[in-house]
Amino acid sequence: MKVPWSWLSEYCDTGLEPADLAERMAMTGTEVERVVEAGIADAGPFVVGRVVSVEPHPNADRLRVCQVDDGTGTRTIVCGAPNVDAGQAVIVALPGAIMPGGMEIGETELRGVLSSGMICGPDEIGVGERTEGILVLDGDPTPGTPASEVVPIEEVVLELEVTPNRTDCFGIYGVAREAHAITGASLAGEPWSDWDPGTDDECSDVVSVSVEDPADCLRFTARVFTGVQIGDSPAWLQARLIASGQRPINNVVDITNYVMLLTGQPLHAFDLDLVPGGELVVRRSRPGEGMTTLDGIERDLPEGTVLVCDGNGPAAIAGIMGGSVSEVGSTTGSVLLEVATWDGPGILRTSRELGLRSEASSRFEKQLHPALCDRAQAVAARLMVEVCGATEVPGMVDVFEHRDPERTLELRSGSVERVLGMDVPVEEQLEALDRLGFSPRPSPDGIEVTVPPDRHFDVTREIDLVEEVARISDLDTNLPATLPSGEGHTGGLSREQQAQRRTEDAMRESGFDEVVGWSFTSPDRIGALRLGESDQRSHATAISNPLSEEQSVMRTTVLISLLEIASRNLARGIGSVRIFESGRVYLPGGRTGEGLLGGAFPGGDPAPLYEPQVLGALATGEFRPGTWASPSIEAGFFPMKGVLEHLAGDLGLSVDVIPGAEPFLHPGRSGQVTVEGTGIGWIGEIHPLVARAFEVPSAVAFEIRLADLASASSVGDEVFREIPAHPAVERDIAILMPEEVAVSAVASAIGEAGGDLLEDVALFDVYAGEELPDGRRSLAFRLRFRAVDRTLAEEDVKPAWDAIVASIGSLKGELRG
Amino acid sequence: MGMIERIEEISESAQEAVASADDLSSLEAVRVQFLGRKAELTGILRGIAELEADQRGKVGGLANEVRQQTEELISSRSAELEAAELELSLVADSIDVTLPGSPAAPVGHLHPVTRTRRMIEDVMVGLGYRVVEGPEVELDYYNFTALNHPPDHPARMLQDTFYIEPSPATTGGDRGPRDVLLRTHTSPMQVRAMEASPPPLFIIVPGKTYRRDSDATHSPMFHQVEGLAVGEGVTLADLKGTLLAMLREIFGPDREIRMRPHFFPFTEPSVEFDVSCFRCGGSGSLDGGDRCGLCKAIGWIELGGAGMVDPNVFSFVSDAGYDPDLVSGFAFGFGIERIAMLRHGIGDLRLMFDNDLRMLEQFS
Repeated sequence: MKVPWSWLSEYCDTGLEPADLAERMAMTGTEVERVVEAGIADAGPFVVGRVVSVEPHPNADRLRVCQVDDGTGTRTIVCGAPNVDAGQAVIVALPGAIMPGGMEIGETELRGVLSSGMICGPDEIGVGERTEGILVLDGDPTPGTPASEVVPIEEVVLELEVTPNRTDCFGIYGVAREAHAITGASLAGEPWSDWDPGTDDECSDVVSVSVEDPADCLRFTARVFTGVQIGDSPAWLQARLIASGQRPINNVVDITNYVMLLTGQPLHAFDLDLVPGGELVVRRSRPGEGMTTLDGIERDLPEGTVLVCDGNGPAAIAGIMGGSVSEVGSTTGSVLLEVATWDGPGILRTSRELGLRSEASSRFEKQLHPALCDRAQAVAARLMVEVCGATEVPGMVDVFEHRDPERTLELRSGSVERVLGMDVPVEEQLEALDRLGFSPRPSPDGIEVTVPPDRHFDVTREIDLVEEVARISDLDTNLPATLPSGEGHTGGLSREQQAQRRTEDAMRESGFDEVVGWSFTSPDRIGALRLGESDQRSHATAISNPLSEEQSVMRTTVLISLLEIASRNLARGIGSVRIFESGRVYLPGGRTGEGLLGGAFPGGDPAPLYEPQVLGALATGEFRPGTWASPSIEAGFFPMKGVLEHLAGDLGLSVDVIPGAEPFLHPGRSGQVTVEGTGIGWIGEIHPLVARAFEVPSAVAFEIRLADLASASSVGDEVFREIPAHPAVERDIAILMPEEVAVSAVASAIGEAGGDLLEDVALFDVYAGEELPDGRRSLAFRLRFRAVDRTLAEEDVKPAWDAIVASIGSLKGELRG
Repeated sequence: MGMIERIEEISESAQEAVASADDLSSLEAVRVQFLGRKAELTGILRGIAELEADQRGKVGGLANEVRQQTEELISSRSAELEAAELELSLVADSIDVTLPGSPAAPVGHLHPVTRTRRMIEDVMVGLGYRVVEGPEVELDYYNFTALNHPPDHPARMLQDTFYIEPSPATTGGDRGPRDVLLRTHTSPMQVRAMEASPPPLFIIVPGKTYRRDSDATHSPMFHQVEGLAVGEGVTLADLKGTLLAMLREIFGPDREIRMRPHFFPFTEPSVEFDVSCFRCGGSGSLDGGDRCGLCKAIGWIELGGAGMVDPNVFSFVSDAGYDPDLVSGFAFGFGIERIAMLRHGIGDLRLMFDNDLRMLEQFS
């Protein structure tokens, strides 16, 4: 909302500098985005001049040589405007004047004639539209009068960021009331007061209005003006519109815009002669209907659009934009002025459907009060007569079915203190509410108020009155800073939140950098993962209004983010990437895991999707950089598995990896990650086709679900075991095994066979060499035996050892000599 | 020369010899010379029995004493020489301590958003709040309707919303539109948390949020922290004190807070809150008189929105025990990235999700 300072000051002159009022408004609820100096920065060298004579230029057909009285004498000015004429009162920019564009006016020779200054056009000084001609002043101002006293050439504009609840501040007078309330400066009378449309029913003789559904149109008022003289608006009116960001069109249209800016209530003018029979019907659109709006665009109307129709069809889209069919133009003689109240949500919906938002719709969509119709008709009537020379047809057509009673509310004593924690004396409460127009009066329980119409939908409860008092009561200075007393302050991180932090810290300690990837990705990226149709990760949830195709579906694995980020970093010349992300994936609904990490969120309705928290990591290039003393280690399956083991170890767990391929992983170098027999994710080298799709040379990665890991974790609940009192016996065993037998299978066979005495089985060597038989490899384990109650002797271990050897035999292995 | 004098002479020369032995082998030679089988003192001790009776005691005693003394001298000199020799061999065995450590143990880094989120969580946990999280893909009901944004209310236009299609879930008819969307704020968890637990309730909700907007100061995905405190007698002054305590932990003990009235559909009264600039101390200008660029010379930095929970919001959770006549509460919300950017001098929001390792590795 652009508020020209001079217009505001007409209703409330605060005596403050614009920047100071802006600060006060910001501290009471209306942010001032900018204070703009529109028009001329220094009005000093701009004065009223009188054109004394006009002669043709000796050397140029289009230029004329004017003698202009500037109040101190006569000066010669060369002028190119076709409309310049002797006797006109004009605005002269004297030498030294700086124009809004920065150009300085000087004494210049134009085709051999010295020109001393410039006669200004309306657009050049920011008070009107660009025309061929100069601005000719009305009346008979004295030459030499400062131009700023005649036209608003030096205007300051406040650009307000009005919150959607404050429909009153979408009008200048409402802003003036706000300025009055927060500064105490006096407020001029309402510009619509003492108005009477006349009770004669002549208006209804020429106009009839019917409203099919009063739910769409709360009120429809129409007035008629005859003898309208269409033309340009006077400079003062044009200047105000321009400063407010509106383009002057003609005096009738300008009046509708001016009145909207002043009162906050939009209006629409029809050329009455183009409305057959003066009959208007408010109804919903029918299938296939369309119309051309005032912006010249032919539009198909969504079914159910509320329209103002004449006998031939749509004449206006209600509350949004008029139609060109009955547009007011140069031939207009009679005007039908519509001021209506529309259903706000309906306007918002239609405006969205049409993709068309106007100054009118942006006000109507916030729901205006029907009482504002009278205000707008009152101000418009006066201007139609004054500016357009029109004659009012007495009376007003007024379709107003349902009238809401005025709202009275009570602000109980103590309520303000109870909400704010700060007392505001009752006299101050009364004064604040009075300035805001609530007509407060003391009542047995406190204060009774009547809500003014332009606050009707905003202030509906006692709490809303508390807010009004609070914001006027210099909250910033007076409100104490306290902490809540009472129960319920038992803060802390939950067990699973602590577990999540531990996993993130474990990754950091392992040398990985945390990244935060986009939650959305493209269908192509999902497709590049080679997932099968039955895999729920291939069914990414789509966003219906994405910003781009690249961000149009929700990711179903963090692998996509990790690959994209790795690829981007590699492209920037970073040779090695070790990254992890602790974030969510978004899977079709229907199941959840445990707790917050598993997507089981509090609340009455479950989450629409399954959003488990996962931890994903990816490495490519050097896993450990080489040094002067040790070679570098390249990223590969086993270094990555080591990280996973460290991560699990940090939670007091051990992980197992069992064969099992994901389609996006190398089929021979990947597996499922399990904890205590439950699958929690995957680990492996990225399939070369997937790596190629993401432009990553090769990479290894894992992704695990944190909820499963956290719930298995024993951290904090460990139970002490006695430290062994008796020494252990250690034996090494070297076995020749078929290559296809997994080490884990051998180790668990040994473990089972070893019985209670076998305390630990640790692989310490794997060897495959030419001297071994084909298809075999050598595995060496260190076995540790211990009894809790005695020192073991050789013969104690023998039965276990024999059982172990036998179990190896059953796996087609043999002891190595 | 008598026997006694001779023994004293031997003692003196033994002391001199031990002192002048400068390595272990010459010390060994000294030992052989004075204490060995062929040594004079050894001979004297061996011949005691042949002495006259009145001489035996005296000579024998002195000779034994000198022998013992000499042994001790040699032993202590030996330890000295050994230590000196070890020192020499250690010095000869030195390494270049300026070489880098090996093997390398690379240091990883947490994302600035995570570091900042944890800091905020820790501060609020200290003030007695629990941390809860909610769904990012949310029902319209929680994101809008139950937060006092009725259907087709213009307040919904304040936030450009991503919608999910087709709706994978539906809700009852009186619960507003059935749309599923990406939550535009962390506020939906206010309602979910109240549905799940009766008052008093003190929670914060960190998490990802989404709005359909992308430029240097807007990202379609960003992070917020929501705070909600509901109990008996909770006031706007309590909100001010809580925010002040939090901001001082984050930005320093000298910070002040400013609350400007504002409008949010789910709080009443509503405010926006600012913290006094930690670079210029709130004066708007730096020590040299230059304009403070951080706060744009205003002295205050805008951080977020807050207010007293609107009674209409409580009406959506009245079944869970939230009666606006008995309890009151405040809520606040702000962006995590903004805090991180302010604290670390990061100018462009887009850097936060670019994940350039050269940026991330600046934050330990």
